[in-house]
Amino acid sequence: MGLDFTIIPKYLDIILLGCAWTIGITIAAAILSFFGGILFAVIALYAPWIIRQPFRLIEWMFMGTPLLLQLFLIYFGLVQIGIDLPAFVAGVIGLGLHFAVYNSELIQTAILSVDKGQMEAARTVGLSRSQALRKVVIPQAVRAVIPPIGNNMIALLKDSALVSVIGVSELTLSAQRVIGKTYRPFEFYILAAAFYYVINLCMEWVQRKIERRISISR
Amino acid sequence: MTDNPEFVQIRHAQKSFGKLEVLKDISLNVARGQIVAIIGPSGSGKSTLLRAINDLDPLTGGEVWLDGVQVNKTLPHRQYEAHINAMRQQVGMVFQHFNLFPHMTARENVTMAPKMLKGLSNDEADKLAEEQLEKVGMLDRMEYYPSRLSGGQKQRVAIARALAMKPKLMLFDEATSALDPELVDEVNQVMKKLAEEHMTMIIVTHEMDFAASVCDRVLFMDQGVVVEEGPPDVVFRNPSKDRTREFLRKHLAGAK
Ligand SMILES: Nc1ncnc2c1ncn2[C@@H]1O[C@H](COP(=O)(O)OP(=O)(O)OP(=O)(O)O)[C@@H](O)[C@H]1O
Ligand SMILES: [Mg+2]
Repeated sequence: MGLDFTIIPKYLDIILLGCAWTIGITIAAAILSFFGGILFAVIALYAPWIIRQPFRLIEWMFMGTPLLLQLFLIYFGLVQIGIDLPAFVAGVIGLGLHFAVYNSELIQTAILSVDKGQMEAARTVGLSRSQALRKVVIPQAVRAVIPPIGNNMIALLKDSALVSVIGVSELTLSAQRVIGKTYRPFEFYILAAAFYYVINLCMEWVQRKIERRISISR
Repeated sequence: MTDNPEFVQIRHAQKSFGKLEVLKDISLNVARGQIVAIIGPSGSGKSTLLRAINDLDPLTGGEVWLDGVQVNKTLPHRQYEAHINAMRQQVGMVFQHFNLFPHMTARENVTMAPKMLKGLSNDEADKLAEEQLEKVGMLDRMEYYPSRLSGGQKQRVAIARALAMKPKLMLFDEATSALDPELVDEVNQVMKKLAEEHMTMIIVTHEMDFAASVCDRVLFMDQGVVVEEGPPDVVFRNPSKDRTREFLRKHLAGAK
């Protein structure tokens, strides 16, 4: 059987809906991973031992095990202890925390490489250490790692396909469902790929915008 | 009040980094409005002494007093933090490498701390920024980021940033050492202006001419002790200690 792309319009609404879910979950998880990354970095560097240790365990869990397993654990596992999350929420939390750990690594290194004169200057005008971190050190650290964080966010977009396993009808799962009905895997996987590509381009565009904005300020 | 001879008081300051004793029983009084220069060879402890005054390098022994309050008094951790932050608001510090905040404009560099710590409104803060940047001749660069300023301009903004907290005391740690020679004067002019306004200042410097022209008193330090101190005329023209003479001879020769 040959290729027939004319079948696409008939199922386009399902694919577009999948797209919307993918975009939604990516944005929500990206925001969580960004702020979570900052929080984890601050905890790793500055929290007292008693708080740092449990966080190291969480960090190890998210870095050392497959994302797929993490999603299963959050969605199916937590129900057993009474935490019944909607699939979308479980997906956002799983993806978000997973990438928060990776962002945290980047941000930690960046915080440590901010010139120590910056902290000193902030302290000499009377800021407390946490105020100095918030207003002076962390903003500079985050600016320095926008490009690699951007790469993490592209990886996050790609890994968002994994939340299909807990039943979120995102782009990949939508394509699969349409293929189930039409037996046209090539057409619809290519279509899904094209949509991922477009989302990817948009993300790169946003990243460039952010970079340009903050690079003026350096 | 104006002639309180113990406005800044350092009593038996002692500081060690591990086994290295950097300050050995240093005492120093500065009256309100006085300007004291600290000179001495590299590694003699000048920066360490200056940084002890606002507790950036906490002393391992001795006391620092500012306007009747002990800076490094013994307090439980949390209380000490609050106390030291309050003390630091009263002491401006200017660094050799400026340490401006690169992600903020000149105006934001000046207003950040007053807004945060004194709860200034945006209008009040902008007025303050204008006032302080005008004083250092940087009004026309208010919206510039540090990356677009010359070294001399950066240092002048850094001085404005310190002044914006309305400090009682200003500390300068080789404020002009990192500058190209032709930019030194614009910073010195600002410091002279502060001197005319009777700001109390402690200035670590390698510029003997400048020290001689603005300071009431010069302190020569070597290896963690004050070797000699007195009015600039005496210390520069007629030092009584061999070490001072030797330092001045080397330094003045080296400068040529
Ligand atoms: N944080 C530190 N840890 C260990 N040693 C230090 C530290 N800061 C300063 N020192 C040492 O203390 C001594 C005095 O240093 P300090 O910076 O006070 O000298 P200085 O007189 O300011 O010299 P310079 O003219 O080069 O600035 C030096 O031997 C220096 O290596
Ligand atoms: Mg020094």
